[in-house]
Amino acid sequence: MSTQVPEEQEQTDPETQETETSVEPQESPGDRRRAERDATRQRREQAAAQPAEPDEDAVLLKVFRYDPEVEGKMEPRFDDFYVPREKGMTVLDALIYARDHFDTTLTFRHSCRQAVCGSDALFINGRQRLGCQTQISDLDNPVRVEPLPHQDVVKDLVVDMEHFYDQMHAVEPFFQPEEESGGDLEEYRQTRDNREKIKMSTRCIWCGACMSSCNIAAGDNQYLGPAAINKAYRFAMDEREGENMKEHRLNVMDQEHGVWRCQTQFSCTNVCPKDIPLTEHIQELKREAVKQNLKFW
Amino acid sequence: MHEHDVLVIGGGGAGLRAAIAAHEEGADVAIVTKLHPVRSHTGAAEGGINAALREGDDWELHAYDTMKGSDYLGDAPAIETLAQDSPGETIQLENWGMPFSREDDGRVSQRPFGGLSFARTTYAGAETGHHMLHTMYEQVVKRGIQVYDEWYVSNLAVTDHDDPADRECHGVVAYDIKTGKVEGFKARNGVILATGGTGQVYDHTTNAVANTGDGAAMAYRAGVPLEDMEFVQFHPTTLPSTGVLISEGVRGEGGILYNSEGERFMFEYGYANNAGELASRDVVSRAELTEVNAGRGVEDEYVYLDMRHLGEERITDRLENILHLARDFEGVDGLEEPMPVKPGQHYEMGGIETDENGETLIDGLYAAGECACVSVHGSNRLGGNALPELIVFGARAGRHAAGKDLGEAEITTGKTSEIEEETDLETPVEPGAVTTTDEDVAADGGAAVVEPDETVRHTVERERTRIEELMEKDEGIQHAELREDLQKSMTENVNVFRNEEGLKQALEDIREVREAYQDVYVNDPSRTFNTDLIHTIETQNLIDLAEAITLGALARDEFRGAHWRQEHQERKDDEWLKHTMLSWNDGSPELWYKPVILEGEAKTYEPKERSY
Repeated sequence: MSTQVPEEQEQTDPETQETETSVEPQESPGDRRRAERDATRQRREQAAAQPAEPDEDAVLLKVFRYDPEVEGKMEPRFDDFYVPREKGMTVLDALIYARDHFDTTLTFRHSCRQAVCGSDALFINGRQRLGCQTQISDLDNPVRVEPLPHQDVVKDLVVDMEHFYDQMHAVEPFFQPEEESGGDLEEYRQTRDNREKIKMSTRCIWCGACMSSCNIAAGDNQYLGPAAINKAYRFAMDEREGENMKEHRLNVMDQEHGVWRCQTQFSCTNVCPKDIPLTEHIQELKREAVKQNLKFW
Repeated sequence: MHEHDVLVIGGGGAGLRAAIAAHEEGADVAIVTKLHPVRSHTGAAEGGINAALREGDDWELHAYDTMKGSDYLGDAPAIETLAQDSPGETIQLENWGMPFSREDDGRVSQRPFGGLSFARTTYAGAETGHHMLHTMYEQVVKRGIQVYDEWYVSNLAVTDHDDPADRECHGVVAYDIKTGKVEGFKARNGVILATGGTGQVYDHTTNAVANTGDGAAMAYRAGVPLEDMEFVQFHPTTLPSTGVLISEGVRGEGGILYNSEGERFMFEYGYANNAGELASRDVVSRAELTEVNAGRGVEDEYVYLDMRHLGEERITDRLENILHLARDFEGVDGLEEPMPVKPGQHYEMGGIETDENGETLIDGLYAAGECACVSVHGSNRLGGNALPELIVFGARAGRHAAGKDLGEAEITTGKTSEIEEETDLETPVEPGAVTTTDEDVAADGGAAVVEPDETVRHTVERERTRIEELMEKDEGIQHAELREDLQKSMTENVNVFRNEEGLKQALEDIREVREAYQDVYVNDPSRTFNTDLIHTIETQNLIDLAEAITLGALARDEFRGAHWRQEHQERKDDEWLKHTMLSWNDGSPELWYKPVILEGEAKTYEPKERSY
C-alpha cells in the first residue's frame, strides 16, 4: 500500500509565500481573491504533503487500483488516500478530491453528481452504491472503494459495461404500439393508474448495480438480468402497447435465460439506487407468463 | 478512417433527436459521444417541455412569452419556429412511448411555469429530461443507429481557407477513451455539434462534470462566431452544497420562497408583485441574492423554498424526485422542512451561431441544443424552453444535414452589411491565444488543405502530435489546479451581479490560466481510459469559453435579462438591441454585433418593459 503524494508538492512553493506576504493592507477584491487562492493552494499542498498520519477529521479511502498498461499497476492493489472530511461529503466528492489533489491518474466514471447519469456505480464498503449518492458520514471509516464485482475491470474503478448494454438491448427496449395514435398531435391515451404502475420501472438509470449484485447473473452470462427484465416490464405493463405486444414481450421473458433464472434473492432490489422493486417486477412477469401459457391449455 | 453521411457529436437530447431525424431522411448516421448516450446531461432536466397543445393556448402566445422572457434579445423567426414545432415534437415523444404525467382523460398533463401566460409545460414527474433522454435513446436502438460511445471528439476537420465563410467541415478527429487510439471520422454530408452546456466554467453549477463546452470551443477556434455568450442563466433554486437543481416545478406547483425573517420576500419587497415566485429566473435569482446581501439570508448564503403546504399526496405525485434530491444531497426532508436554495449556474443562453436549420457559418457544420445559439432564449431563457429547443432544432439540424430542403433560413450567419465592429473596448490584458500560431487553431489558413480526406487526415495528425506532447511532458502544471482557479474567478466575478472591476479581474485571471496552460502536462502515462488527458483537453475549452463570456459581459454596458451590471441599471434599447458576436480570428478574438430580428411572421415584437 502506498500513499499517493506527488513529490513536487512536498515543498511549499517559495513564490506562493511571497505573494502571500506582499498583500497590501488596502487590498482590492482581486488581491483578496488571489490571497485566498494562494492560501487554498498552500492548504492543498500541506494536505498533499502530510496525509500519512491518520487525522480524526480525515476520511481514509482505500481505493482499488489496476491498469493493464502501466508497469507497477498491473498487479491489482489498494491505495490509501486521506481526504479532509467536509459536511455533506459524498464518496464521489472524496474520490474527486483524492484524484485532483493527490493522484491525477486515479480513474473512475462520473458526470451528473445527482444520481441520474448512472455512471458512478461502485462497490463501496462491500455493497453496490452510487458514489455521488452515498454520504461519507453514513459509512464506517475506512471507506473501501472497488469496481463493480462480476464485471471486467478496464482500469482502477472503471468496468466494462458492454455486456450490460447488450442485455439491455436484447429485450427490444423500445415502444412498439400495435396501432397508430389518433393522428396529428394526438397522443396515445394512458390512464393515471397505468402510468403509476410503470412509474418505478421507468426510473432505471442503467447504472448496472443490480446486475453486479446478482449471483445468478454472475454465474450465467446469458441471463438477461434484473435491469433488462425491468426494462421489459416497463413496456409489457404499458397499456399503450396493446395485448398482442404484451404477449410477445412475455414470450421473450419466458425463456431459459429470462425470468425463470431469478431465484428471488432480492439483492438487486436491495442495491437499486432508484428504489425500483426489481424482484417484484420479475415475479410479476413470471406470474403473467404462467397465466399466458395457461390460456393455451 | 470511419465514414458516415452525418456525424452527430454528443448523445444527449439534441444529438439523439438529430440522429433520428437524419436517419429518417435516409442518411447513414453515427453518434460520437464522450459518455454513453444515457449518461448525458439531458437526463438531469426536471421541469418540462413547453408546447402549445391545448385549447386556449396557441403557438403565438408561446412565441410572445418567449420573446418577452428573452428581454427582446431573441430572434423572432427562431422563436416562432420553436413555438410552432414544439407541439408536434412533444407528441412525437409521447408516440415513442415517453411516460408523461397524465390527466384524468388520459392525455398528457401540463403545468404552470415561470413567465408563461398559459400552463403549457408538459412534464413527466420532476424527471422529464431523464424520460426524454431514455425514450430517444430507445428509438436510436430501434433504428440501429451506430453509436461510438466513450469516444472524445477533440477537434473538427475543417479546410484551411483564409476566410471562415469559405471553410468547409469534413469530419472530426476523435480519441477512443478505452484504448487511446486517435482516429479520423469523415462526414460526407455534415457534422452536427450537440455537445451541450458549459457549466463547468463555474464552480457552483447544476451542470454535469462533462459539460465543458467542447463543441462550442472547437467551433469557435475553427472560425464560427460565438453569439451572446455573456448571457448565462443562473437558476434560483439549487441546493447550496452541491448545485443540484430543484426544479422550477416546485414553484409552479405553488412552492414559496422566504427569507430568514420568514418573509415571503418576492412580494414583501416588491421584486415581482404579480408573479411572485413565478417571475422569470433572472428576477428571482437577483431577489434571492439581494436578500442575502441585505442580511436576510440564512447562514449568509441561501433562502428557503417551502413546499410542505402542498401536501404529501401532491408532492409525491408531481415532485417525488425533489424529495429524493433534497434528502440525498442536503439531508433535508421536503415534507417536514423547507429546503435551502441559492442561485447556481444553470444554462448558457449563448453559443455557436446558427440559423433555424442548425447551419453555421462553416459549410457542413451544424449545431443544436445548448451548445448552439439560434437564438431562442435571448438574454433570459424561460423554464421549460430548453427541452423543446433540443428536439425542435435537433430534428431540423438532422434533417437539413441529411439533405432535406427546409427552405431558406431567415436568420443569417456571419457578417452582413448591418454589422457593427466594437473598436474601443478597454481590456486589462490582451485576450486570445498566447501565441497566434497555436497548433490548436483548427484552420489556420496557408496550408491550403481543402480536399475532404486530406483535411481529415491532416487534423488527425495534428491531434496525435498534440496528445503525444501532452503525454510526453513530465512536469509542469496539472489541469485540476487551472480549472479550479478559472472556476473560482468566474464564480466571484462573472456571476449574477457583475461590475466592471470584477469583469476586468476575471479577464486577467483567465489570461493567467491561459499562460499557465502552456505548461500543462498529463501525469497519467496510460493509454487506457486516461481521464487525466481528457480533462486536460477540456480545460482548454473552458478557458476559451470563460473568456468569451467575460469579454461579452464587459462590452455590454446595460442591464438586460440575466446580464446585470452595477454601473448600468437600465436596458438600453437604442444601443443594445443587438447580439454580441465573438470571432476567434486565428487566435485573437474579435468582437462585433448583429441586429436582433424582432419581425415575426405576422407581427413585430415591440420591446416593452418586462414586469412580472
